[in-house]
Amino acid sequence: MTNIGKFAELLLLLIVLTDFAVLGSSRLSACIRAIAIQGVLLGILSLVIDDPRSVHAMALAAGTVAIKGIVLPFFLRWAMREAAVRREVEPAIGYMASLCLGSLAVGASFALANRLPVITTVDLLVPIAFATLIIGLLVLVTRSKAITQVVGYLILENGVYLFGLTQLSRVPFLVEIGVLLDVFVAVFVMGIVVFHVNREFDSISAANLVELRES
Amino acid sequence: MLLLAILLIPAVAAGLAYLLPRRGLRLSLLVLTSVIHLALVAVLWTTPDVTALRGWLVADSLGLIVLTLVSVLFLAASVYAVGLLREESPRGGRLFVTCLLGFLAATSLVSLSHHFALLWVGMESTTLTVAPLIFHRHDRRSLEAVWKYLVLSSVGIAFALLAVFLLATSQPVLPGVRALLLDDILANSHSLEKSWLRAAYVFALAGFGTKMGLAPLHTWKPDTYGEAPSLVGALMSGALTSCAFLGLARFTEVAVAAGLTDFTQPLLIAFGLVSLVIAAAFIIGQADVKRLLAYSSVEHMGLLVLGLGVGGIGVYGSVLHVLNNGIAKGMLFLVVGNLVLATGSSVAADMRGMLKLRPWSAGLLLLGLFAVTGSPPFGLFVSEFSIVSGAIRQDHWIVAAAMLVLLAIIFVGIGGMFLKIIFGTGTTTAIEHEKATGDTTLLLVGPLALAGLVVMLGLYIPTPLQGSLARAAQLLGGIAP
Repeated sequence: MTNIGKFAELLLLLIVLTDFAVLGSSRLSACIRAIAIQGVLLGILSLVIDDPRSVHAMALAAGTVAIKGIVLPFFLRWAMREAAVRREVEPAIGYMASLCLGSLAVGASFALANRLPVITTVDLLVPIAFATLIIGLLVLVTRSKAITQVVGYLILENGVYLFGLTQLSRVPFLVEIGVLLDVFVAVFVMGIVVFHVNREFDSISAANLVELRES
Repeated sequence: MLLLAILLIPAVAAGLAYLLPRRGLRLSLLVLTSVIHLALVAVLWTTPDVTALRGWLVADSLGLIVLTLVSVLFLAASVYAVGLLREESPRGGRLFVTCLLGFLAATSLVSLSHHFALLWVGMESTTLTVAPLIFHRHDRRSLEAVWKYLVLSSVGIAFALLAVFLLATSQPVLPGVRALLLDDILANSHSLEKSWLRAAYVFALAGFGTKMGLAPLHTWKPDTYGEAPSLVGALMSGALTSCAFLGLARFTEVAVAAGLTDFTQPLLIAFGLVSLVIAAAFIIGQADVKRLLAYSSVEHMGLLVLGLGVGGIGVYGSVLHVLNNGIAKGMLFLVVGNLVLATGSSVAADMRGMLKLRPWSAGLLLLGLFAVTGSPPFGLFVSEFSIVSGAIRQDHWIVAAAMLVLLAIIFVGIGGMFLKIIFGTGTTTAIEHEKATGDTTLLLVGPLALAGLVVMLGLYIPTPLQGSLARAAQLLGGIAP
């Protein structure tokens, strides 16, 4: 394996570590830091996987680092300060259990990826994309704070993005920027809603949102 | 040029609406834009298969049907919006009108895209432009509704993006064949890698299915439709879900061309039947009109995928049903909106005997009852009949029988509630809301026009439309009658 390939695999392993950091942490600021690091790692990874000299890869890497590594974490931190919350309260599944489920997800992803045809020279890319996707869903479903749910959505989206890296050279640049911008606006709108949830309920617990149900 | 104009005019108008200082100007801009949009769409019908941006945008038969539906509904809704925002608009309707126009641009993009990633961008934009519209009232309940909607449809849209990437993976690298372009994929459909394509289809069904509100991915729907302004409910249940169906249909076109119908059809039938069962279960005994309409929307989305799933003439019925359901749902939401304006509540028990209080809206509601349950002579009868006969002709006897039973249950459920609203007397006769507004002309024009269209589609389908329906059905693996 080439040095570049090894570097890519190292980055992917670090990405899984950031997934687990979110899964095992109750402090929101730690979750946001983990998601920021993950954004930067994704940006570097897109440079490593494509030809690093292509303008396309460089612009995409810069856009990813700027949006996923800097702007969105900054914005989430702002929402957190506005809402004055620090910790996740009692997730539906405990932290140890979430970590175990996360490990299971990684195992299942490798099993699944082994059964699909090989599409990239970086062996870890597809399984880790699937694992990140599943862990994102897990965070989204099991955590009760609205901000943590946004973090879960971002991890899910990053998993999809990782898979998209296998098709990097084929998807036109404008489309990638469109995707990136859409994610940006989505999180922005969610952040605004989080802000309103805080004002209305004096807490950003999505668990408070239970008024609407079938009677 | 024409296609770009259809996308850019609403987008530019959206920006302009935010800058305009006065409400009157903003509302005129809204109506003017929707009239121009509809006029441009009408021109598209006279010039078939217009292409722009090297094949990224094409007005093909299926896309044009959805685009026309969106444009017609939007015109009806924007006239209604003028009537509504005159009565109540907390913040001058600035963000409201901007998001409405943005929604028109996004749905037009979905209808015209022949590039899967571009279609995805359009789909995601519809979610984002509609979220502030749901939150229009700025209270707790609408906040909860918008949060549920954002979280669920964001997950759905992430799955749809994965489906797009999986589709790209299934496409081998061939010289001169562009990735993710529908026409290039269809022209080389034999070379697609089947296992990746199956994965792509599963995620497309889950992703666009969430946006359509197929059971069991429908849980956002009753809350969102229940809390959003009726006008937004009309656009979502008529236009937005049809665009999501179009997304699924594009993936279906590819799957059909690659010979995967044996894989896709059972999946579609299963989702369709589950949606019908869930809709029937929650329509019986429902207390809130808007939530009832939401479950009725789950029902009709189920019928759409059932039609695709049974194949044959069912596919034709399905494409026709997109139009019929969109128009009927749009009309019903606007009419129910009028009743809510009169009584200040969307609980059915608070709005009995509306025939005396609001004769026009109550009459339209009666019409809507028969339209939405698929009685003759309305358009929905024709399309539902085609879907059932498709099921019978393809030897899906059990599916056809289950459909008929469930449709009958739903008819009883909706009929029971609507008839009480229209004719009911009893102790809780409607108390006129203190700020109640009458059935003004502006609030009635839209629903009346839509009612006319849904009757027309039941009696007579214009020749160009008939041709488009047949071509669309063929692309999706079906046949025309």
